[in-house]
Amino acid sequence: MMTLRDIIERTLSDWMKGTGPQSDVVLSSRIRVARNLSGVPFPHVASDRDLKKVLDDVLQAVRGSRDTQDFEILLLSDIPVLDRQVLVEKHLVSPQHITETKHRAVALSRDETVSIMVNEEDHIRIQTLFSGLQLEEAWQRASKVDDALEARLDYAFDETIGYLTACPTNVGTGMRASVMVHLPALAATGQVGRVLATISHVGVAVRGLYGEGTESSGNIYQLSNQVTLGRSEEDIIENLKGITRQVIEQENSARNFLLRERRKSLEDRVWRAYGILANARLMTSEEALKLISDVKLGVDTGIITVVGTRMLNELMVLTRPAYVQKLMGGELDPEERDTQRAALIRDRIKSVKEGK
Amino acid sequence: MTCDRCKKRPATVHVTKIINGQKTEMHLCEECARQTGQLEFFSVPQFSFHNVLQGLFDPESATVGLPSGTISTPTRKCRTCGIDFSDFRRTGFLGCSNCYSEFQGRLEPVIRRIHGSTRHVGKVPARTGGALKVRKEIEDLRRQLEAAIAREEYEKAAQLRDKIKALQGKLDDRP
Repeated sequence: MMTLRDIIERTLSDWMKGTGPQSDVVLSSRIRVARNLSGVPFPHVASDRDLKKVLDDVLQAVRGSRDTQDFEILLLSDIPVLDRQVLVEKHLVSPQHITETKHRAVALSRDETVSIMVNEEDHIRIQTLFSGLQLEEAWQRASKVDDALEARLDYAFDETIGYLTACPTNVGTGMRASVMVHLPALAATGQVGRVLATISHVGVAVRGLYGEGTESSGNIYQLSNQVTLGRSEEDIIENLKGITRQVIEQENSARNFLLRERRKSLEDRVWRAYGILANARLMTSEEALKLISDVKLGVDTGIITVVGTRMLNELMVLTRPAYVQKLMGGELDPEERDTQRAALIRDRIKSVKEGK
Repeated sequence: MTCDRCKKRPATVHVTKIINGQKTEMHLCEECARQTGQLEFFSVPQFSFHNVLQGLFDPESATVGLPSGTISTPTRKCRTCGIDFSDFRRTGFLGCSNCYSEFQGRLEPVIRRIHGSTRHVGKVPARTGGALKVRKEIEDLRRQLEAAIAREEYEKAAQLRDKIKALQGKLDDRP
């Protein structure tokens, strides 16, 4: 019989391992490229027939190419609501992509590094998600998948303004590069607002956990390029990487400050958070994120060693509302959800401790 | 205190507005506040690229706005998807890839405002791009060549010159 552990193991994405460079601050690097088929109306105005044609053509290209033929294809209309929400919580599709389901799909690579969204805002959105700061690697992978699809599909491309997209904010490269950063020490020292305000002046947008229009929680922020036209992909990535490096530096110096000047209160905060996670009987997803953030700060500063980065990255996703319900086999009311979430966290912490 | 509007329920929402130095106060119950739209002040407005984009060419907005005359231009529809420019103004979305050429004149200033540029310099698709890919490569090499000459790296410059020649040959061979 398949145990809960098996299900968890089977449903984890590669990026959560937390093995990438700089993963004490950078949780993940993501590249998303927008592509469209020439002369076909964009999804928001396309007829059912157009949408179906796009879906069929793109999926045929996915199945027909050596680079993507083993991708798992999920038709959003065929899977339960909960599964669709889990895809968002795992950052495999955008929240926008699951608002409509008819003729919408996603193709996922086996390790869940690559996802191809079909009929989102654009006909095709290729996303790659890597652990830590690996923007170039993520771009290379995305570009390769892009080439594979382009060999079989007629892209909308203009000599002067590049790849044509439904919204002109994406025209040109069609590329959005982003990093998810964890900035607990900058938040604790009251500097996070200043740092983020500064970087928004140099062509980098700051967003919450699930992208555009979402709030930050658990001290996690998404940094991404503002402009997609007039600069090459490599330039855009280089710029974002440089700024991310500076943010890392600032966060690290804030962590050192806390270790040097506020050690006792830092230790207290970390161990309290650990204590609550290991013992609580009711836990909301918001509280879980906040506490996981505190414990992660403890792990990354060497205060706590009983748990590891990988487990915390996993918990960050496993404790989200849809995921908890998915693991428990169906919809739960909020109190039941909070009970199960608390139990799940206790269980994970216990099994890691016993494993040592 | 009872609600200013329905005069029945207790006032729990207190709104102070200062418009052009004129201060007005309202005390409403939650129900009336919602009905009159006052509660919307308290929810965080959805801030997205599209909202910002809409601001860029909202004809009512005095700060930006399009060159005069464009507003009175009779609306022409895109021959492929049938949307007109006012649809784009409203939603921030174009209807299809051909809209870019159909509305080129009016789109260009918008694109320039968003990106600060109207020229793509990145990746070119291998198949759809065709000769363009080679031309962009040559352009890129030429820039490198100039830089190499400026730095007096003549050996490197010679290599780059040969590469450009080879690519040029490839371009001329094309049907």
